[in-house]
Amino acid sequence: MQNNARKQNSFRSGPDEAGHFGIYGGRFVAETLMPLVLAVEKAYNEAKADPKFQEELDYYLKHYVGRPSPLFYAQRLTEKLGGAKIYFKRDELNHTGAHKINHCMGQILLAKRMGKTRIIAETGAGQHGVATATVAALFNLPCVVYMGEVDIERQKPNVFRMKLLGAEVRPVTSGSRSLKDAMNGALRDWVGNVEDTFYIIGTVGGPHPYPAMVRDFQSIIGREVRQQILEAEKRLPDSLVACVGGGSNAMGLFYDFLDEPNITMHAVEAAGHGIDTGLHAAALTGGTAGILHGMRSYFLQDDDGQIQEAHSISAGLDYPGVGPEHAWLKETKRVNYVSATDEEALAAFQSCSKLEGIIPALEPSHALAFVMKIAPSLPKTHLMVVNICGRGDKDIFTVAEKLGVKL
Amino acid sequence: MKSALASQSNATADSGRIAARFASLKARQQSGLVTFITAGDPDLEICTKLLAGLPKAGADIIELGMPFSDPMADGPSIQSANLRAFKAGVKLSKVLDLVRGFRERDKDTPLVLMGYYNPVYVYGVEKFVRDAKGVGVDGIIIVDTPPEEDAEICQPSLNQGLNFIRLITPTTDAKRLPAVLHNASGFLYYVSITGTTGSKSAGAEPVRAALAELRRHTSLPIAVGFGITTPDQAKTMAQTSDAVVVGSAIVNRIASNLDGQGHAKVGLVEDVLGFVESLAKAAHNR
Repeated sequence: MQNNARKQNSFRSGPDEAGHFGIYGGRFVAETLMPLVLAVEKAYNEAKADPKFQEELDYYLKHYVGRPSPLFYAQRLTEKLGGAKIYFKRDELNHTGAHKINHCMGQILLAKRMGKTRIIAETGAGQHGVATATVAALFNLPCVVYMGEVDIERQKPNVFRMKLLGAEVRPVTSGSRSLKDAMNGALRDWVGNVEDTFYIIGTVGGPHPYPAMVRDFQSIIGREVRQQILEAEKRLPDSLVACVGGGSNAMGLFYDFLDEPNITMHAVEAAGHGIDTGLHAAALTGGTAGILHGMRSYFLQDDDGQIQEAHSISAGLDYPGVGPEHAWLKETKRVNYVSATDEEALAAFQSCSKLEGIIPALEPSHALAFVMKIAPSLPKTHLMVVNICGRGDKDIFTVAEKLGVKL
Repeated sequence: MKSALASQSNATADSGRIAARFASLKARQQSGLVTFITAGDPDLEICTKLLAGLPKAGADIIELGMPFSDPMADGPSIQSANLRAFKAGVKLSKVLDLVRGFRERDKDTPLVLMGYYNPVYVYGVEKFVRDAKGVGVDGIIIVDTPPEEDAEICQPSLNQGLNFIRLITPTTDAKRLPAVLHNASGFLYYVSITGTTGSKSAGAEPVRAALAELRRHTSLPIAVGFGITTPDQAKTMAQTSDAVVVGSAIVNRIASNLDGQGHAKVGLVEDVLGFVESLAKAAHNR
């Protein structure tokens, strides 16, 4: 029954062959990179059709990453809010402490399959950089991670982790010296190293096939949730909540459920100091359509088409764009895009730590902030799943500073 | 806008400057010099003077960069030029003003705009190609729209009589070449290295071989660029190409004539144009 509905009018059929979700996505890259991007697409399509590739990926996800991650009934938070029954999808328990390892494992297996011998990546919070450095160490490939100078300063523990894992962290000093500039740095590296290098992109962004490929590798989150909630509650959830920077963890949670018409999906962007202050990272809530980093999507930009800096307490959400599939899901109104401020996220960070004994990363703290807003007004029969996509150890310095605590 | 429309009829009458320039170079058995500078670098006043002086210094075609906040195909030199232009208050409308000013005094030297898609997309493609043609632009190069994505800007450009100049790189394979050549006009821009602007230099032999292969598929003139920094290199590349493009080296020359505050030192224009003259001599007397 569901299957028929899906075929007739599916939210899961994108992108088209050229990588478009509606008008979004595509391959807006320099000619030098175009043949490389096409090669990645071809290799990925072949890998997808090869059961051995999936088998190998499953093996590493189970025995190295530690999947499946648990689905946990957050009883104290539920009782405190007095409304919806809240479940945590615990992707912060993955090896390296975030969901990023899901797509890194997939991409490095593809890189190996393509015979590439050098790995590059960009990172903001450092979670994707750490995950990339981790899989590069596991498969003994040299790895260069581009990271904005500003982020290097505010994410020191992750910088050191990457170095311990054998990666070279290259500071990016151009532009706003954060995530978008790190991505420029990685793209410039790729243009100069076309023969041997595989670019492991850290979100559902970049040129086709990356948005679809990263989504596919992350969609294991939603598939596990489906099975786990059916076991726990004998039915599917009523709503899903995830934070959105580039949008990888949200696509991972949502994708399997997009064609379930009764499930509401909320994606929470970073509102920084507040959308009306202009100092935020909410590309879908406060941005406009544009072209950057290989894709047409929503970006924070001025009226001259110059990309603006994003502002968020969370380095992982501090990106002025968003993946193209999210732009499409916003336009089709399938997903509800909302935002939470730095302050709201900070409050949620502390509540979750005290109520559940789980220190979440600042990124999913934005999702939790939204949960705290809407859960009280929902009936107790309402099942809500929120993706705890990273753990907060990396953020304790930032949070301490905000709270005026000297470590 | 007003003057853009007013000058449109004149500009239309002058279309084909690129073809005319390559024809006269061919008649003289010379390779041409394409000079790149970023619009508004280091400020609007100096840039206006540089533009005005380039033809006399020997530039055959002027390539004017439209500044962008995230120039992903450019190395540090042109990235810095973009920042200087922003500091000088350059927006896309000011780039077009610069061209208008240039074209009022120079009716013959072809001028092409080079940049990234987003500012053009936000300006509005139809309005952009109309206004560009109106102020006397002869062609456009958009770095991040490969043929697979450029229908939405290539066709409107051609409809306006603007040449749509495509980039070909060492990674462009035989399978994609027909798509790259389809609808290309004006000239082909052969990117001689795999890398950002100014990041490395190509050897003469691989470029010669690549151009020989290209010429089997196209009769368009071919300009070679990226990584040509000295008159000697210009001379070498001129031997196999219809034109050589020099960008980062000229931009570096501008940068080396700035004081600690980024202001132009006395003699910047003369020094930069002198350098262009040496490049032009090398390209012309290959």
